[in-house]
Amino acid sequence: MGLTVPYVTSYLSEHFADDAYATLDGYRARGGYEAAQQALRTSPEDLIELVKESGLQGRGGAGFSTGLKWSFMPTDGGKPKYLVCNADESEPGSFKDRILLERAPHKVLEGILIGAWATGSEKTFIYVRGEYAFPARQLQRAVDEAYAAGILGAKVLGSDFAHDVVIMRGAGAYICGEETGLLESLEGRKGQPRKKPPFPAQYGAFGMPSTVNNVETFCHVPHIVANGSEWFRGFGTEKSPGTTIFGVSGHVVRPGLYELPLGTPLEEIVFEHAQGVPNGRTVKGVIPGGMSMPILPASQLDVPMANEHLRERKTMLGTGGVMVMDETTCMVRAGCVITYFFRDESCGQCTQCREGTGWLHKIMERIERGAGTPDDLDILLDVAGKMEGQTICAFADAAAWPVQGLMRHFREDFEEHVRQRKCPFPESFEL
Amino acid sequence: MVISEDTRAAIEREIGKYPQRRGALLPALHLVQQEHGFVSPDSMRELAGIFELLPVEVMEVVHFYNMFHDRPRGRHQVHVCTNLPCSLRGARGLMRQLESHLGIHAGETTADGRISLGHEECLGACAYAPMLRIGETYHENLDAEQAKRLLDGLE
Repeated sequence: MGLTVPYVTSYLSEHFADDAYATLDGYRARGGYEAAQQALRTSPEDLIELVKESGLQGRGGAGFSTGLKWSFMPTDGGKPKYLVCNADESEPGSFKDRILLERAPHKVLEGILIGAWATGSEKTFIYVRGEYAFPARQLQRAVDEAYAAGILGAKVLGSDFAHDVVIMRGAGAYICGEETGLLESLEGRKGQPRKKPPFPAQYGAFGMPSTVNNVETFCHVPHIVANGSEWFRGFGTEKSPGTTIFGVSGHVVRPGLYELPLGTPLEEIVFEHAQGVPNGRTVKGVIPGGMSMPILPASQLDVPMANEHLRERKTMLGTGGVMVMDETTCMVRAGCVITYFFRDESCGQCTQCREGTGWLHKIMERIERGAGTPDDLDILLDVAGKMEGQTICAFADAAAWPVQGLMRHFREDFEEHVRQRKCPFPESFEL
Repeated sequence: MVISEDTRAAIEREIGKYPQRRGALLPALHLVQQEHGFVSPDSMRELAGIFELLPVEVMEVVHFYNMFHDRPRGRHQVHVCTNLPCSLRGARGLMRQLESHLGIHAGETTADGRISLGHEECLGACAYAPMLRIGETYHENLDAEQAKRLLDGLE
């Protein structure tokens, strides 16, 4: 069965519709594993340099330079080193990694192999979110095929390099997408993030030097090896090269996956690719990069989708999950859904987050019910401000930012609830 | 012993994949839950033995993760995604219709033990909303009638 949703193809997704691409034969017939062969003939130092030059930034949300991250791995050869593939995609609005695992599992493995060679890692743990049963099966099948063909194991692609891959399934915890929460989970514990430093490159999985990269990040790597850093920089902006797979959801005619260069204007994604809002309605707001990222109002959809531009609008690319809300949408209801999620998923380790997420949700619900007071608006911002930057990991920031974004651009919605003592948006989506 | 020999052997195979035994605790919990439908206190004690942990250390892991359950549930687990992308496309209405169709609230199990209904956070199906998951299988782009038929088809 081919992919049934609309998509735009570039190098990552060009074979998405092709079922054979998920098999080893199909992948190899389309040039698969040639980049890995080439990488194994290149020194790890040169490979890391190549990825640095390409400007590839992590596609899991934080946007850190992949080449730089790889270069943090120690080279003294004292301890075993591990690579970790973060396939715990749980950011609401994001589903690109799922489709990459389902449609192109060998591309993920090829990126991993190149990363493993570059960082000198002997084993990769792929942490797949528990709910992704089908993607995990597709990936396991690919891993089994790769072992049988000598692509994984003692002699990777006939070389003297040995590499093993272990797939582990999570069990339903958003926080395990945070890289050190993931490492704790990998070690069989509650997924409570670690204090940093030490960073994973010094003390990672099972106490060994480790590098954690996102699924999509790995998928760019074979293309960079095969075509060079200049080619890669031909996509996107100077500061944010390459494409990414935008997942578009919410009130649009054609929700789906759209692989486009970074820097593509948000309005092009919403109106051209996703074909705008149905039922003759207009856009009210768009969350540009997964639910943790602050919303933008309709007046700011001209923004190029790259961090250097999004930061000027006080938001970020995150995971590229674009959520569109039409003119009927009650932004307080959206706030209720968002704050409920973060309340539910806080790991409970830091007081500011454990208590703050609860208060944000409680106050948001109170305002939606019509029981809010004018003070509540300031209390929301006060609580959010006291969570941001105060905790072990970025989860509290991720919970605070969307509330700040809603208040920044849609404060009137909140004020109207308080004034009318009820929700003034009868046509909004149901809560 | 409540954990079968087969499951114990599968757990030992998982343990072999990790540099430390404990790395296989989540895989082991998945295996036990696959065998019994939930992770009972007795299973937790036995797992503690296998992993050289205290029972409470196993229990806190069970309780931390949404997908592990410490008590029996219905024969079929139905989870409706109610996160924002799905809610924007009618997931809450779908949930209400399923609640009234089954005569239970989210979080409950039908009296005959057939279906447990629950809401769930984003399942990565945002472009195919609304959706629900029955056990491990996703059902996407649903309307209420299709969803009810799916539920009626569960034995």
